[in-house]
Amino acid sequence: MTLDRRSFLKLIGAGAGAAGLPLIGRAAELMPKSGKRVVVIGGGYGGTIAAKYIRMADKSIEVVMIERNDHFVSCPFSNLYIGGILKDLNPLTIKYDKLAANHGVKVVQAEVTAIDAAAKVVTTSKGTVSYDRLIVSPGIDFRLDEIKGYDTAAMEAMPHAWKAGPQTVLLRKQLEAMKDGGTVVITVPLAPYRCPPGPYERACMVAHYLKQSKPKSKVVMLDANPDITSKGGLFKKGWKDNYASIIDYRPAKKVTEVDAKAMAVMIEGIEEVKGDVINIIPPQRAGQIAVAAGLVGDDKNWCPVNPTTFESTKQAGIHVIGDACVAGAMPKSGYSANSEAKICATNVVALLNGKETTELSGINTCYSYITDKDAVSVAGVYAVKEGKIIAVPNSGGVSPADFSATKIEAIYAESWLKNILTEMST
Amino acid sequence: MMMKWRGWALATGALAISAMAQAAPPSAAMLSNACAGCHGTNGGSAGPTMPSLAGQSKEAIEIALKKFKSGERPSSIMGRLAKGYSDADITAMSVFFSKQKLHATNQPLDKARIAKGASLQEANCGRCHLEDGKEGKDDTPAMASQWLPYMQMQMADYLSGKRKMPQEMKEKVDPMSKEDLEALLHFYASVK
Repeated sequence: MTLDRRSFLKLIGAGAGAAGLPLIGRAAELMPKSGKRVVVIGGGYGGTIAAKYIRMADKSIEVVMIERNDHFVSCPFSNLYIGGILKDLNPLTIKYDKLAANHGVKVVQAEVTAIDAAAKVVTTSKGTVSYDRLIVSPGIDFRLDEIKGYDTAAMEAMPHAWKAGPQTVLLRKQLEAMKDGGTVVITVPLAPYRCPPGPYERACMVAHYLKQSKPKSKVVMLDANPDITSKGGLFKKGWKDNYASIIDYRPAKKVTEVDAKAMAVMIEGIEEVKGDVINIIPPQRAGQIAVAAGLVGDDKNWCPVNPTTFESTKQAGIHVIGDACVAGAMPKSGYSANSEAKICATNVVALLNGKETTELSGINTCYSYITDKDAVSVAGVYAVKEGKIIAVPNSGGVSPADFSATKIEAIYAESWLKNILTEMST
Repeated sequence: MMMKWRGWALATGALAISAMAQAAPPSAAMLSNACAGCHGTNGGSAGPTMPSLAGQSKEAIEIALKKFKSGERPSSIMGRLAKGYSDADITAMSVFFSKQKLHATNQPLDKARIAKGASLQEANCGRCHLEDGKEGKDDTPAMASQWLPYMQMQMADYLSGKRKMPQEMKEKVDPMSKEDLEALLHFYASVK
């Protein structure tokens, strides 16, 4: 009992991100558990699908999905809003009412403040919820300590826009307000981070807007990585063909400090770059609740998991999916999270019923826009070999290097979004 | 005692290894669920340029995937994906989707074209596209309720020669006007 209480308090201490919530003592039980129950934390690309597929496989299992918001805004395609191609975020926004109506998922809008792995209890801002198995799909949070000066106030001056919603709108507004001839700085953290091609697609979409509306302006991209981390050849061609005089790509430039008042970023204490609009994509780690619950590995950032069940190797009974987990060759993408959620759901149902688990077979598909009418893609098929998730040899890869398919890829990309968001919300 | 054992198991990764050792090879559902991000849950597509797979025959899906894999059928992403699967995987996925209920779509269609397409179907296509396109002879795909934009893109590939038409189809399609073909596709899309 003492041990339990101490570890609980430790989790609270670590969960500083949840400040402002009444955290003294344990709240009352929110919904008493009778039969088998899975709790899912997070209502994004991973969580919604895990919740739905468990219910599709076994209606006798109660599924409670806990999410802090009453809706979800997709990061995929949010760069098109930043580039002015999408006029609002409505096409990227889903609600949860049909998951409840069609599948009987119990959706609780609350903030998760602690996980007690030994007692199998989740503490939320509305009360506690006990579980037989827990699926954590919290997405990412930022390692703000690695960029000096990038605090909450700086985030308003220099948005990250790496969680879709108000930050995305803020970055768009700043671009609209910028004078022609201005400089937009986009900074990229060292990999791994959410959505490897995302920063480079963003550069395309910002440049697309500038080319049309503010043609004397520039994009300076400061990338901490030695080179473009995904679809490199395709982005380089896309930039050369469309934005040669706009995008100035500078690899191996790691931003370590920001000065929001001076609108400047510092690269490892030796070089200062100023911008009229500055988009800081900070270094990332698993969502705060995963860190607080002791699910991150030796790197203190990401959650190691079993490649069949996605059960944490740190805490029994807790599974981690999506951007937060380490899934071998599967990238930190929305489609990967969708695929991982189904694999996890299948095996969570098997484990709860004392049945044999099933080996992973996964897919990733990912489109990036170069212009409003051209897109490129990467695809992969994944399997497990010798305990590791690998890309199946001689499959997958990127769309044609000569851009012969960019128009059709852009057409397919729209259906990609429609299908994946429909899957998550119906 | 229990705690000690768990501590040892975590330290050595024995938990992970024991769980993996019991796992069965990927099932038809495991393989097929991964496709649903783009083709919709159980293969019922909500995206107008991506086909519904639900209710297609085993033969139709099997042949399509094998042709994507070999490159015989043109594609943007499907060729890259199909190469990741064995023939046995392809058969398992084909059986899975063939067992799903045909996915009814609601899409804007032209009434006059539907009527014209219905008579063209009966006179020209009904020997292979059975039951108003709800079924198909051998590996002929089901057309009923399929997305119009998807079918238009495929027809464009047929007409340009990018995708090879079966001989029986070519004989029927060649004399038809573009408007006839468009009417046919509106008809198929309308069938529920």
